[in-house]
Amino acid sequence: MRYWEVPFGKEKPKTPIGEIHILKERCKGCGFCVEYCPKDVLEMSDEFNSKGYHPPKIVNGEACVNCGLCETICPEFSIWCTLKEEVALEN
Amino acid sequence: MEPLKMIEKDIQPMDVHPMNDILRMDRLPHIWCPGCGIGTAVTAFAAGLDKANIDLKKTCIVSGIGCTGRVAGYIKLDSFHTTHGRGIAFATGIKVANPDLKVIVFSGDGDLISIGGNHFIHAARRNVNMLVICINNFIYAMTGGQVAPTTPLAAYATTSPFGCVEPPFNIPYLADSSGAVYVARWTALHVRRLTNSIAEALNKPGFSVIEVISPCAMYYSRINRLGDGLDMMKFYHDNSEIRHGEDTKNLDIGFQTKIIVGKFVDRERPTYMDSYNKWLSGTKKAEK
Amino acid sequence: MKTNLKAVLTGTHTLSGNEACIEGAFAAGCLFLAAYPIMPAIETIERYLKRSAEVGATFIQMEDEISALAAVIGASWTGKKSMTATSGPGFSNMMEHLGLGVMLETPCVIIDVQRTGPSLGIPNRAGQADMMQARWGSHGDYEVITLAPGSPQEMFDFTIKAFNFSEKYRTPVIVISDEYIAHKKEKVVIPPADGIKITPRRYFKGQKDKYLPFKRDKDFVPRMVDIGDGFKFHVTGLTHDDKGYPIMLEECQEYNVHPILWKIRNHVDEIVEFQETGTVDAEIVIVYYGATSEAAIKAMKQAKDMGIKVGGLKLDVVWPFPDKKIAELAEKVKAFVVPEINYGQIVSEVERCSYGNANVIFVSHGEKGINNTDDIVSAIKLALKEKERKKGIIEYRSQAGSS
Repeated sequence: MRYWEVPFGKEKPKTPIGEIHILKERCKGCGFCVEYCPKDVLEMSDEFNSKGYHPPKIVNGEACVNCGLCETICPEFSIWCTLKEEVALEN
Repeated sequence: MEPLKMIEKDIQPMDVHPMNDILRMDRLPHIWCPGCGIGTAVTAFAAGLDKANIDLKKTCIVSGIGCTGRVAGYIKLDSFHTTHGRGIAFATGIKVANPDLKVIVFSGDGDLISIGGNHFIHAARRNVNMLVICINNFIYAMTGGQVAPTTPLAAYATTSPFGCVEPPFNIPYLADSSGAVYVARWTALHVRRLTNSIAEALNKPGFSVIEVISPCAMYYSRINRLGDGLDMMKFYHDNSEIRHGEDTKNLDIGFQTKIIVGKFVDRERPTYMDSYNKWLSGTKKAEK
Repeated sequence: MKTNLKAVLTGTHTLSGNEACIEGAFAAGCLFLAAYPIMPAIETIERYLKRSAEVGATFIQMEDEISALAAVIGASWTGKKSMTATSGPGFSNMMEHLGLGVMLETPCVIIDVQRTGPSLGIPNRAGQADMMQARWGSHGDYEVITLAPGSPQEMFDFTIKAFNFSEKYRTPVIVISDEYIAHKKEKVVIPPADGIKITPRRYFKGQKDKYLPFKRDKDFVPRMVDIGDGFKFHVTGLTHDDKGYPIMLEECQEYNVHPILWKIRNHVDEIVEFQETGTVDAEIVIVYYGATSEAAIKAMKQAKDMGIKVGGLKLDVVWPFPDKKIAELAEKVKAFVVPEINYGQIVSEVERCSYGNANVIFVSHGEKGINNTDDIVSAIKLALKEKERKKGIIEYRSQAGSS
C-alpha cells in the first residue's frame, strides 16, 4: 500500500491470527476443511477417532487468518476458529 | 400402566461451538453420512440467521421428511418435523395464523418438489411470506437412492438401473414461473455466498426460494461412480459458474454438466398477508 | 380467555347445520379455518368467510385437503383455535394429517359432512359411511374423539364441545355430520356468551428452559406453548421422547404411543355422552346417531303406540364407543335395532359390545337414501318375533323405498 493513500491518523491494517479448535470425536473425515482451507493449515491425520474416521490435524497453525471457512464448510459442526490476536502488517 | 422413564441420550456438549445458540448441540452428532452437504448448508443457514439480524424468538423452522427433513431437529428455534412434502402447507398455516412470525421451510428436493410440489407452487403463487431452502442432492437419499424429480437424465439410481428416463425439474424456473420473489441457487461449496443469500432472503418479504446443490456421497455419487463428497465438491468447484440475473429457463442441470449458480430473481410483489389485510380493511370500511 | 362478543350471535335463528356449526366454532373461540371447497361442506366455509371480518378470524383456502389440515395444525401451534371442514373424499385426504395431529398432540377440529362413497359417490346425498374411517382411517395406533350431531342445534352445541375436548385432551376432534343435517334449516338457539362453557388452552406455566413439549401430567395430557413465546421447542411426527426429539427405539414407541391412547381411554367415562329415552323397561332398544335420529324417534313413537316396549339410545359421542352402556343394556334387552345410512358400520360395534347377550338387527337405508320409519318399525317387529339368540348381525333389508 502506498503511504500517501492512507489518511492521517488511521490505524494500520492488521492481520488477524486465528486459533483452530477441532472436536475430533464429532468429525466424520469428509476432508472439506482440509481441501478448502485457503491457507492450507490443515491436513488429514493418521489417527482414528472412536468412530473410526481420520480427523484433520493442524500442521501450519500460524498461517490461520481466522477466515472461518472451515467453520462454515464443516458439515459436522466439529471445527471452528477463534480470533487469537491481531498483528500489524509489516511495511 | 406407568409410563417409562424419559429416554435421554448420554451426549454432553463437549465444547463451545460458536453456533451453540442456534444449534441443538445435545442432539449432535447428526445422522448425515460423511461427505454429505446438508450439514454444510445447515452451518451456512445458522451463519445466515446470525447475519440477518432477526428476532430468533419469533422465528420458526419447518421441515418435511427425508435426510434434509431432519434439519429442523438440529436447529434451536421453534421447530417442526412434519409429514411427507407438507412442510410448506404447515408453514403456510403458521404464517397466516400469526403474521409476526418469520417462517423458514428447510427441506429436500424429493420432499418439496415431488410429493410437496403442489404446495410449493401454490405457496409461491400466493406469495406467502416465507423462506424455502431446498437441498437438491438429485436423489431420494434416506430411502436408499431412488429416482427423484431432480435426477438428471441418464443418471443412475436404484429405481433407474438403465439411467433416468424422466427429464428433471428446473427448480429456479419452477419457483420463478410460480411467482416466487427471490430465487437463488448455490452449491454446498459456495458457503459464503449461500450465507449472504440466506441473510438477504430472510429480510425479503414474500416467497423466497434458495436451492442448494449438495453432494450425496453415499447414494448419488456411489451409484453413479462419482467418488465421494469431496470429489463432488471439487466437481462443483470446477463446473459451477456464477451468473446473477440469468434467465431461469437456462438453468437446467444435466448429468455432470455445468451448474449455473447465482441470484436469479429479486422482485417485489404484494404478499398474501398484504392482500388479505387489504381485503379485510375493505370489508370493514364497507360495513361502516 | 376473553370472549369475543361479536363472535356469539346470541338469540334464536333459523340456520342450516353447516351455518350452525360455524356459529358454534366462533362461539368456542375459533380464529382460523383452512379448507378446500367440497360439496356438501361448502356452506361452512362461506359462512365463516361472511363472518370472519367482524369476528377477526383468519381464513385461507388451501390447494387441497391435505394441506388444509396441515395448515390447521400449524396454525393451532400459534395459539389460535383452528378448524377445517370437508366431506368424504377430502376426509380421506386428511387421514395423513389426522395422524400428525394425534402424534403432535395438536388441538384442532375437523368437520366431516358425510356424503356417499366410495370415491366420489353422490355429492348431494347423505351418508354415514365415514364412521369407521374416522376411527381407523389413519395408520398406526390412535384414539380419536368423534361427535355425531343429529340436528342443526346439536351441530352448534357439539362444535363447541369438540373444541373443548380438543383443548382438554390435546387431540384432533372430529364432528361427523352429514349432508342431511348440513342442509336442513331449523331453529337454533344461541345462548349468551357467558352461558357458553369454553375450555381454554392448557398452557405450560414455568421456566422457559424447563419446558418439555411432551412431558405429561397424571392425566397424560402434556402442556402446550405457542410458537414465538421463546421456548424453542421441537416437535416431530416421528416417535419421540419428552423433549420431542426422535428416538428410534422400541421402548420409546411404547413410551410415546401408550399415553396418546390412554389419555383418551382413561377418560372414556368423561368423554362418552349419549341420550337415553325409555331404556329402563325396554325390550328393544334403537341405537341411532346423526341423521337417522329423526326417523328413529318417529319409529320409536309408532312402536310405543303399538304397545311395544321400545327405548332409544342416541350416541352423541360415537368414538370412543360407549362399550359399557351397550354391554349393560344388552343384558337387559332382547334386541338392538341399529338404523344407519351405510351398509353396516356402527352396528358391528354394537354387536361387539353386546357380547352375544342380545340380538342385533341392522336396518339398511334402502333406496331413498335415508332410513325409513316404517323399516325401523318393521325391524322392531322382526326383533320381537325372533325368539332365539342369533349369532352375528341380522340384516333387515328395506322393503319399500318410500317414507
